[in-house]
Amino acid sequence: MTKTSEYRVIGTRPIRHDGVDKVTGRAVYGADVQLAGLLHGRVLRSPHAHARIRGINIKRALALPGVEAVVTGADMPDAGDRVAELGEGAIVLRHLSHNTLAKDKVLYKGHAVAAVAAANPHVAEEALGMIEVDYEPLPPVMDVQAAMRAGAPLLHDDLITESLGKTSGKPSNIAKHFQFKLGDAEKAFALAEVVIEHEFHTATVHQGYIEPHSATAMYNPDGNVTIWTSTQGAFTARQQVAELLALPISKIKVVPTEIGGGFGGKIRVYLEPVAVLLSRKSGRPVKVLMNRADVFEATGPTPGSFIRVKMAADKSGRLTAAQAYLAYEAGAYPGSPVGAGAMCVFACYDIPHVAVDGYDVVVNKPATSAYRAPGATNAAFAVETVVDELCEKLKIDPLDFRAKNGAREGTRRADGPVYPRIGMIETVEAARQHPHYHAPLGGAHRGRGVASGFWFNIGLKSSATASVNADGTVNLVEGSTDIGGTRTSIAMQLAETLGIAAEDVHPVVGDTEMVGYSDVTGGSRVTFATGWAAYEAAQDIKRQMIDRAAQIWSAKPEDVTYNAGLLQCQTDPKKKLTFKELAAQLHATGGTIVGRASVDPPGVGGAFATHVVDVEVDPDTGKVTILRYTAIQDVGKAVHPSYVEGQMQGGAVQGIGWALNEEYVYNDKGVMTNASFLDYRMPTCLDLPMIDTVIVEVANPGHPYGVRGVGEVPIVPPPGAIANAIYHAAGVRLRQLPMSPPRVAKAILAAAK
Amino acid sequence: MKAIDYLAPKTIAEAVAILADKGDPARILAGGTDIIVQLREGRRELDVLVDIKAVPEANELSFDSRRGLRLGAAVPCYRIYEDGRIAKVYPGLIDAVALVGGIQIQSRASVGGNLCNASPAADTIPPLIAYGAVCVIAGPNGTREVPVEHFCSGPGKTVLGKGEFLLSLQVLPPRPRTGAHYLRFIPRNEMDIAVVGVGAALTLDESRNRCTGARIALAAVAPTPLLVAEAGDALIDGALTDELVDRAAKLAQAAAKPISDMRGDADYRRHLVGVLTKRVLHKAIGRAKEN
Amino acid sequence: MSKVHIQAKINGKDTELLCEPRQSLLEVLRDELRLTGSKEGCNNGNCGACNVLLDGRLVNSCLVLGVEVKGHSVTTIEGIAGPEGLHPIQQKFLEQAALQCGICTPGFIVAAKALLDRKPKATEQEIRHWLAGNLCRCTGYDKIVRAVLEAAR
Repeated sequence: MTKTSEYRVIGTRPIRHDGVDKVTGRAVYGADVQLAGLLHGRVLRSPHAHARIRGINIKRALALPGVEAVVTGADMPDAGDRVAELGEGAIVLRHLSHNTLAKDKVLYKGHAVAAVAAANPHVAEEALGMIEVDYEPLPPVMDVQAAMRAGAPLLHDDLITESLGKTSGKPSNIAKHFQFKLGDAEKAFALAEVVIEHEFHTATVHQGYIEPHSATAMYNPDGNVTIWTSTQGAFTARQQVAELLALPISKIKVVPTEIGGGFGGKIRVYLEPVAVLLSRKSGRPVKVLMNRADVFEATGPTPGSFIRVKMAADKSGRLTAAQAYLAYEAGAYPGSPVGAGAMCVFACYDIPHVAVDGYDVVVNKPATSAYRAPGATNAAFAVETVVDELCEKLKIDPLDFRAKNGAREGTRRADGPVYPRIGMIETVEAARQHPHYHAPLGGAHRGRGVASGFWFNIGLKSSATASVNADGTVNLVEGSTDIGGTRTSIAMQLAETLGIAAEDVHPVVGDTEMVGYSDVTGGSRVTFATGWAAYEAAQDIKRQMIDRAAQIWSAKPEDVTYNAGLLQCQTDPKKKLTFKELAAQLHATGGTIVGRASVDPPGVGGAFATHVVDVEVDPDTGKVTILRYTAIQDVGKAVHPSYVEGQMQGGAVQGIGWALNEEYVYNDKGVMTNASFLDYRMPTCLDLPMIDTVIVEVANPGHPYGVRGVGEVPIVPPPGAIANAIYHAAGVRLRQLPMSPPRVAKAILAAAK
Repeated sequence: MKAIDYLAPKTIAEAVAILADKGDPARILAGGTDIIVQLREGRRELDVLVDIKAVPEANELSFDSRRGLRLGAAVPCYRIYEDGRIAKVYPGLIDAVALVGGIQIQSRASVGGNLCNASPAADTIPPLIAYGAVCVIAGPNGTREVPVEHFCSGPGKTVLGKGEFLLSLQVLPPRPRTGAHYLRFIPRNEMDIAVVGVGAALTLDESRNRCTGARIALAAVAPTPLLVAEAGDALIDGALTDELVDRAAKLAQAAAKPISDMRGDADYRRHLVGVLTKRVLHKAIGRAKEN
Repeated sequence: MSKVHIQAKINGKDTELLCEPRQSLLEVLRDELRLTGSKEGCNNGNCGACNVLLDGRLVNSCLVLGVEVKGHSVTTIEGIAGPEGLHPIQQKFLEQAALQCGICTPGFIVAAKALLDRKPKATEQEIRHWLAGNLCRCTGYDKIVRAVLEAAR
């Protein structure tokens, strides 16, 4: 493994390889796919949050001129009791199937019920209006605490609570209850000197990617299917479609187009199976799109939650005990990220006694999906504000407190793992020394807040193939769809390993027939794991280049060295060839060289972040303005610092939106009233200052270049940091997200009385 | 979208004839930033869009110191704020047209359209009311005039009859020592519909310590934009002090009939009416003192 | 529903096309002219991904009907770079890493060009105010604003 010495490519900022296509509008995203004979598909969705489907009549829709096919849940094969392993966890196939096209019940407003393929999108939409669905509306349950109560309307009559490994035998909205325990929290609380306990509520929020979902499918008469889709994982999309439609994987090819944002929301399939069914019925390629309202109502937002956190410290400021109750809304089907939330809730701290209870609860909202560090932000909002309150009570500076109590190598988390070398303390130190932390606030109604956050990151499997061209460039085919510039950071790792320039690598994101299996782009894994695959493929090339040079020089391979792109014969040092020079000779000496790798690297490094924010609160309107923001994060090693900074800035701003204004607003019928970018308020550039970043590099010992995943942890600290800043600006602690102007104003008015 | 026809008349008479002939299934298209969305979302059902951007009177933007401002109903916002002279004379109107929806929307959206869409939260209507604007309506019987505060009759409803359309707005030149301002509260800094909006125009006497006339209008707190006459009248009661401003703000609050919806609850809106009215009045007074 | 015959200048080229009145300019560009650089993000004027210049003015092409551009001139992202190469704004976006997924990038570049054509030395505040109608979810806007500032230098 290369130690952290000077790199030639890693740490530089080359122009990304796909950049020109993207700034000229040439890059092909999902909805841009054009095929001869293309039909346009649209989906009919339930107007009710909870209802039984008594019947569907598609006759009138089919008769509309221009309509070529109509499908409903009846066209989906019966999923039975199968459980599918889909890369980021197991899923009950029936749930995925019914979410794609409802069978007997609709469980949220927007739940897909039928789909039409027609000559143009307007005719398809008109046809939707002609599909008659006979609904029997049922009372919806829209809130996690309401759903957990006895007597709540039940979404599934076969959902039995699994609690601490046992089943209750009775149907419930509570899918699962689990616990993590460390030491004896109850005893430690009883002996504690300072205890703070509070309850928190967070609202449903959406990933907010600007590109709606799309899928285009061509079902050939020979049974082979090609699907073009914006997806975070071509292989997982293929597997899901295969399972859902009972088709062999070998018959399905998924071509991942460029993707306009995912953040975890484009891992599960929605439109792909529908497009395949429509194509099979009509005999033509079909492109199915979602509109923005569909994206809000019928994809996978992240859970609203109810959280209770209790933390204790001794008078010296040392944390002694912590307890959390996390109840997360899974939406229509079980599978919220409450498990991940429970893993991360106290992960920033070294606490000897911990108890965490997690509940996965269904409600009549769209089934939740991952959203950038799924589950962690909700939990961190609660913990980081309780920590701030502890600091106030103990009269300890919040960064000093984190330096004293922060997790470090050897700390054990409540869910079990012991940390290897990590960078939590280093991020705290960097914050302590940063000018932001010491700058005067400069005005009334201003305050500063800090918060930390953690995400464990994942490894999983990636493949890569790289072939050497005669001009010394290298074609690199990898299977990780690129949502943030990763094809370049992967190319850079290959280039570094071979000692060539990043510009001399041509990275391509392959489809499922071009490259070996690769897990999803998610979990902050791509630069780590696919980068590792590129590293291994490069090592494979190096070995073969050495062999070839040895052959050319009639030497032994062990006498050939390869350093910084130069091959040299040790027994006759006049014999040397650069990578380019050797590449030019490959054809004549046996043919081109292809390197390959398939990896499942174990040495994943967790990521820590500490953020500092200054806010100004208008005491009359409750409006919070972000004055200054600094995001500090341990990235292991920044392969391409600009794109690492970009991840930190983008995640921080999503967290700011989550903190201040974003929420799903429901009426009393369980219908979302703000399903548009007008009233689902994501930050615009006028709402923000520059987002300053500090890259801390505590190399991950488990990666050849020290890489840690960077993409997710930046979204974890902002709500807590902003809540703390609001307190220091206006004297009120908010425990509900979002901390929108009416809530802040109300809290200030109440405090003034 | 349901299939629609598109017609682009070149004269007022042509436009009136189409509207009178088709009735409700026909509607005027100017900037399109409201109506296209409504058609797409199925909130409005039409057979014909009648584009008046080719009718000269609907596109007129002129000012003279005697007759004041003539603002064609189809004139997009950007033309108003890019006209230096008009911007100088009617800053309260500029406050509004410069914040409708963002630059892209301002390239197309018109004040006339904002008025005809008749949203209670429309940003341009309170300053028009404050300035005493008059609507010029074209119809089968010629033109008629309606004060702008009487133009909206309910959420999404106007006093336009069959065959009629809004042709232009007229605003007299403000008297000397007049200051006007429009302010709205939104959760972000742009792109939101007003939770509450307040527009005011007031005129000072020669001493610049007393107000001789004031008009205060509210957005988003009643079924239509609301002229609160008593709040404006309260300002001419005596020396223009903070207490007088507070009293006017309280009267504005009392007149507000806000509902609770996803953009704000009634209590919060009522509270904001007081906050914004004070801020608007202080700014308008400041502008009046400079004139 | 019969289609309307439209003649307009698209990216400097005289262009003829047929479209239904209910098709937006965005649909016409993407589906009839195969200019897919302008994107649909929301279809109601709240995200800017569809931005084009109409007679030099920045508009949301989702809120303009195809039939309305008869006799007018439209510039899309495809018309920003010239035969000599990328526009300075495009180059700065690349250098400043002002894009991650890139879906909002065409809209931002067209919007930034509209700003710098009017205000070549725009300040940070002016840039943020002008670009408030363009949503980005990936970058947090920092590098986008820096790229436009660099292009304004």
